[in-house]
Amino acid sequence: MATKIFKHIQTSVVPLPIENIDTDQIIPARFLKATTREGFGNNLFRDWRFDGDNNPKPDFVLNNSNFSGKILVAGKNFGCGSSREHAAWAIADYGFDAVVSSFFADIFKGNALNNGLLPVQVSDDFLKKIFDAVYADEHAVVEIDLVDQFIKIVATGEQETFEVNPYKKACMTNGYDDIDYILSKKELIKEFEGK
Amino acid sequence: MGQTLFDKIWDAHVVSSNEGFPDILYIDTHFIHEVTSPQAFDGLRTRGLPVFRPKQTVATADHNVPTIDQHLPIKEELSRYQVDMLTKNCKEFGIELYGLGHPFQGIVHVIGPELGITRPGGTYVCGDSHTSTHGAFGAIAFGIGTSQVEQVMATQCLLQSRPKRMKIEVNGKLHKGVGAKDIILYIIAQISAAGGTGYAVEYAGDTIRSLSMEGRMTICNMSIEMGARCGLIAPDDTTIEYVKGREFAPKGEDWDKAVAYWKTLYSDADAAFDELLSFKAEDIEPMITYGTNPGMGIGVTQHVPETSSFEAKEQGSYKKALEYMGLHDDETLLGKPIDYVFIGSCTNSRIEDLRQVAEFVKGKHKADNVTVWVVPGSKQVQEQAIREGLDKIFDAAGFPLREPGCSACLGMNEDKIPAGKYCVSTSNRNFEGRQGPNSRTFLASPLTAAASAITGVVTDIREFLKEEELV
Repeated sequence: MATKIFKHIQTSVVPLPIENIDTDQIIPARFLKATTREGFGNNLFRDWRFDGDNNPKPDFVLNNSNFSGKILVAGKNFGCGSSREHAAWAIADYGFDAVVSSFFADIFKGNALNNGLLPVQVSDDFLKKIFDAVYADEHAVVEIDLVDQFIKIVATGEQETFEVNPYKKACMTNGYDDIDYILSKKELIKEFEGK
Repeated sequence: MGQTLFDKIWDAHVVSSNEGFPDILYIDTHFIHEVTSPQAFDGLRTRGLPVFRPKQTVATADHNVPTIDQHLPIKEELSRYQVDMLTKNCKEFGIELYGLGHPFQGIVHVIGPELGITRPGGTYVCGDSHTSTHGAFGAIAFGIGTSQVEQVMATQCLLQSRPKRMKIEVNGKLHKGVGAKDIILYIIAQISAAGGTGYAVEYAGDTIRSLSMEGRMTICNMSIEMGARCGLIAPDDTTIEYVKGREFAPKGEDWDKAVAYWKTLYSDADAAFDELLSFKAEDIEPMITYGTNPGMGIGVTQHVPETSSFEAKEQGSYKKALEYMGLHDDETLLGKPIDYVFIGSCTNSRIEDLRQVAEFVKGKHKADNVTVWVVPGSKQVQEQAIREGLDKIFDAAGFPLREPGCSACLGMNEDKIPAGKYCVSTSNRNFEGRQGPNSRTFLASPLTAAASAITGVVTDIREFLKEEELV
């Protein structure tokens, strides 16, 4: 099945300079009861975004209209904890195309890649540069190019390359799907089972 | 060059390995539950595919289930719908379901091992990060996302890049009152909640070797809390003895063949690891967490770290965590009043955990200010506890034994810790809101949790052990 294609984006960013953001913060367990993949964006960062009476908390960045864009920039070890793919669905459903951090938890990274949401791992220094840029000018634009694997702060021209698994890169830039690939090897699977 | 245990098992399951692609890894058993499977079943329907190997797929309902009155319909509508959906999907795709009311129902990571489905040398996945638990048998086991659940349903395989290998050794004799939970909380506190990311971790050393299977499962369970892909422990006589005779364990000639293979499953003496860590059992105190990730743990007599001891860029996150927990720099947790004690979860809800708690609380009674929940990991654990009379001991102590499920570990079912309240919990995560919106979690061992329930404050279990020795 074809999936979402990602090659290149250039957009303002949403800063969230907190470390160890776990998937329970991204989407709390009580919102995992839906049986489809849609609509999780409404509850993205639910308990940081809304108080107990469902009023928006003005201090939280998603409630600050000065910040917007398709790139979420967060502190190190983003996406740790539960394997819930709902976390990646919620971020993508809210409207983000990429997450930038200096370190990603394993399972989250895989889940994001399987949903056309690009995790971009940068150095601690470059992460700080992005935060500095966006706090100096909340409209600061960042460019991410998956084909040539670089991320750039457009105003200053500062850039860094990033790593991505070559197979997953091919999937994301072409809209390929893991299941189609494995199904093409079905004979090998049956052969393995016969051993 | 010798091979690690991890590589031996991985290599035995590689269906296809192509340069530039992740390996195609064969999965022996796929565990599923109600939360992370519905979208995967929908995906199969869209593609017009069956479940490729339904007999290698095992389902249970655990996350959404209430832990009292399980014979009645689930009250919460969305939870009931999700559990009903699992029943419907399992029927449609021909998968065995150990649902509510079934004698094998329970937390997915408790029932796999106790039914003899989890065995040395196998590969196990589940849409649940605590699948790492099953590695205690000397197996490769890890959590996956729902797209991967669909992948395994469709192909019984998973595309997966081989992680790096880490060995963590623990040697020496544990102090009295210190157990498996303290060991793993100590390791995570030492290497942080991200210290194992990208690695398969093999636990070794004589301290690990001396643990029961239940203790080993507690250790491997929390591998994910340091970010590790999985955790595993080489099988030995303890492992073999545990598996023997269980419902789905091999029998007769198959058993002998299996055991002969299992005995080849260890890391060779000259196997190379990418990272090697070593800890001394004597350095480990009863542990407790004070913050909002499992790496934020201290010995129960130690003080909460000063904000100034962290790098400037980390101080904001640290302050946020302390504020959430209602704690301040240099505070001691000992003597801090608590509101709830939760004994349960895939980390600590097995019969050994319940026996240990029952032995300790016999003849004691909980403090008035504390609500205690003891939640068995499975129907079988519950029945065993009742057969052994543990339920009566618990009742007399004010520790009612409930029915099996994930319960207060994750704030998804009826069992939630109210906002602002403190819970000493034997579960695995102390994230903000994990046990309910604005709940505050102190992770600890079953003994520390039980002792704190008796006194009503965070307690050093060793104080009780001293007194009991004097009697």
